Amino acid sequence: MSSANLIRVALGAYLLIFFSYLLGPLVVMSLTAFNSASFPAVSPWACFSYEWFEVLFNDKHIRDGIYYSVVIGIGTVILSVSMGLAASIVLTQVWPKLRSTYYTMIIAPILIPGVVLGISTLVFWDRVGAFLGVSDGSLLHGLFHNGIFLTILGQSTFIASYTMLVFVARLQRFDTDLTEAALDLGATHTQAFRKVLLPFMRPAIASASVLAFLASFENYNTTTFTILEYKTLTTVLAQKVRLGINPSISSLAFIIIVLTIFAALAFEAANRNKDRKLAAAQGRGVTQKSGILPSFLTGNPAAVVLVLLAFMVIVMVGTAQRYSPEACKIAVREAKQIEIQKRIDALKETRRQKEDAKAAQQPSNAAPATPNNSSAFGNVFAPGNLSGDAPEQKVDEPEPQSGTGAFGNVFAPDNLSSD
Amino acid sequence: MSSGVAVDLENITIRFGDFTAVKDANVNINGGDFFSFLGPSGCGKTTILRAVSGFLDPSEGRVLIGGKDMAGIGPNKRPTALIFQNLALFPLMKVWENIAFSMEVAGASAGERRKRADELLDMIALGGQGDKLPSELSGGQKQRVAIARALCANPDVLLLDEPLSALDLKLRQHMRTELREIQKRVGITFIYITHDQGEALTMSDNVAVMKAGVIEQIDTGHHIYDDPSTPFVASFVGENNVFRGKVKSINGANAVISTNRSGDLLSRITPAQVGKMQVGDDAMMFIRPEALELAPTDAASETTITANVMNEEFEGNSFSVFLEGDGGKMIKMSVPNLGQDHISARGENLSLRYDASNAVAMPAGELASE
Ligand SMILES: Nc1ncnc2c1ncn2[C@@H]1O[C@H](COP(=O)(O)OP(=O)(O)OP(=O)(O)O)[C@@H](O)[C@H]1O
Ligand SMILES: [Mg+2]
Repeated sequence: MSSANLIRVALGAYLLIFFSYLLGPLVVMSLTAFNSASFPAVSPWACFSYEWFEVLFNDKHIRDGIYYSVVIGIGTVILSVSMGLAASIVLTQVWPKLRSTYYTMIIAPILIPGVVLGISTLVFWDRVGAFLGVSDGSLLHGLFHNGIFLTILGQSTFIASYTMLVFVARLQRFDTDLTEAALDLGATHTQAFRKVLLPFMRPAIASASVLAFLASFENYNTTTFTILEYKTLTTVLAQKVRLGINPSISSLAFIIIVLTIFAALAFEAANRNKDRKLAAAQGRGVTQKSGILPSFLTGNPAAVVLVLLAFMVIVMVGTAQRYSPEACKIAVREAKQIEIQKRIDALKETRRQKEDAKAAQQPSNAAPATPNNSSAFGNVFAPGNLSGDAPEQKVDEPEPQSGTGAFGNVFAPDNLSSD
Repeated sequence: MSSGVAVDLENITIRFGDFTAVKDANVNINGGDFFSFLGPSGCGKTTILRAVSGFLDPSEGRVLIGGKDMAGIGPNKRPTALIFQNLALFPLMKVWENIAFSMEVAGASAGERRKRADELLDMIALGGQGDKLPSELSGGQKQRVAIARALCANPDVLLLDEPLSALDLKLRQHMRTELREIQKRVGITFIYITHDQGEALTMSDNVAVMKAGVIEQIDTGHHIYDDPSTPFVASFVGENNVFRGKVKSINGANAVISTNRSGDLLSRITPAQVGKMQVGDDAMMFIRPEALELAPTDAASETTITANVMNEEFEGNSFSVFLEGDGGKMIKMSVPNLGQDHISARGENLSLRYDASNAVAMPAGELASE
């Protein structure tokens, strides 16, 4: 059975590689959120710290971005779920003959690049405004040039196609005889829709809503054109990346990852619980009862993991209230400063030697220069550095140091000259 | 309980594009009758039912329910209730909610609905099962729920589209009697669709036999079986031996048919065709397998056929004997199982006889293909 073993090992290795490929970046990113170093990094590890969460919560741009992302997400869910539902009903029930044509038409937005959708949304509504002759400053004009309005519309053009696919898949399993049966029993068309079709579509509406919200939340291509003066999380992040990032973004990623895992586990746990109840109701349930665990947890690994995770988060938030990395930071800073001091001394030494040598030749010229900071200890990524390199972008750059104060300045180039 | 009302179809023609699914159908169904449409698959039975229940409008002609023209009246306004071929129970509603759906859409309170549903559940012998989901019921139970749901709407006419086709034989026979009993109890008009002739013959007051959109004959079950008016009906309902030939002579309601392979045979002319046949016309003559028996003597006559036994099949209550007549003519004969000797033991060149009153002759026409 060595070949079977070989296959098993190969399969194990493959799974390992596959999952590290899939999850590795997320793990690394999550770790960087807890490193006090001012650039997202795992090594060198400075201090375990929650400060980037604080930076994140104090960052007004990100807060606004999240707020508008959620608002736009909700708007997009409402619009694209209703459009997708209507389209899928027309597709499967009303015009079965025009099906393929209609299908292609509806699906087209998925194939069109998001950039194009964004620009065309912008242009289209501007033209609509012009066509209707809405004057500058009027309510409609404001609406047609409102970033939130345009982003919801722009995103919904293709997200509605996604939701429609979800609905069509569900509707294909719908027995149209059920609608006819309802009508035959005296229901109006509205009643037949509300009492028969809609309950049947409920699970699909739930999953389409989640899908639409996530698609909207993470959208950048279209949003960047339609958002105008507003900001969503993705556009804020994109801007930050352009200007140099700090680990507060990692902490945001960490929060999103944890929330996602939470939601997935909760969903799974609820499902299993339901299955278990169903099985129990049919007399096939697990009869032995564990005395330690509440019944919700028995035979439900997802629920167990969920509870563990919740416990971990509580512990984390709890320690965050008390834990202070100050001692560690001071130690690191002292170590760094000693290091810096050594280097500066070394530099000064070499310089002095050079100058001495020069003075020996030209005794009149002696101006001591500050050492070049980037060559000093390689902190090229410090945000201060970047803004120094690109002064025209400095306006939007949040100063990470301002949030923490305590330690962030170590890497700032000014420190050197003051030393 | 509402009593049954009459349903009349006047010259109904139904077309789908170029295709005519139902052609010039005239049917008068008395109030309180159990009326069946019988025909092969695709002959337009469901189409007629959909026209009665209002899901489609006839291209020509009128549907009258209780004497009232139904043109322009939607399915939710007609006094009919349809039991679908696949039952179409609402899968996400409990059994009692299914049954009381018609009351729910009419705005009845939950208490009223529950009370009425429980009454109907008792009637269909499913008392106490109202809180189950349809998926938790057996096929026969679903069937009864579908009937209760339709009855709950207090229809004047109940339309049933092959409701028993999904059930196994035993359950089907049980449900047949049950349906018939329910119909007698509630007294409303039942219009029943089936391609199972046994079902149509046992349950119905009247049967309409359809062929490719055309109604061939409307009659009681007995008459459909004994006095088929066309070769299609004769060959579709029950088993029949068909003999083709020409009319040799006519004597009132009887005729001698000069058959192609079995000589001259005497037969009764089917009532619908009496007086319409001429000497020399192409004709068909039908003899049921159970109407044939072994002749006591070998004397040839106008009611005997000679044949050789090919094969014999035991069917429990009877034997099916397959014989080959002159010219390779296949003949089937059914012999009751009374413990007698096997016919095949009787050797070759048997002489079969029948009563002329058990044979029917009619002008030649299309047969039902098996
Ligand atoms: N909506 C439609 N469009 C086009 N043709 C149709 C439509 N509905 C039915 N037909 C055609 O009309 C004919 C009669 O159909 P119908 O459903 O009435 O058959 P049926 O007698 O009920 O058959 P079965 O016993 O198989 O249910 C069939 O040939 C069918 O293809
Ligand atoms: Mg049918």
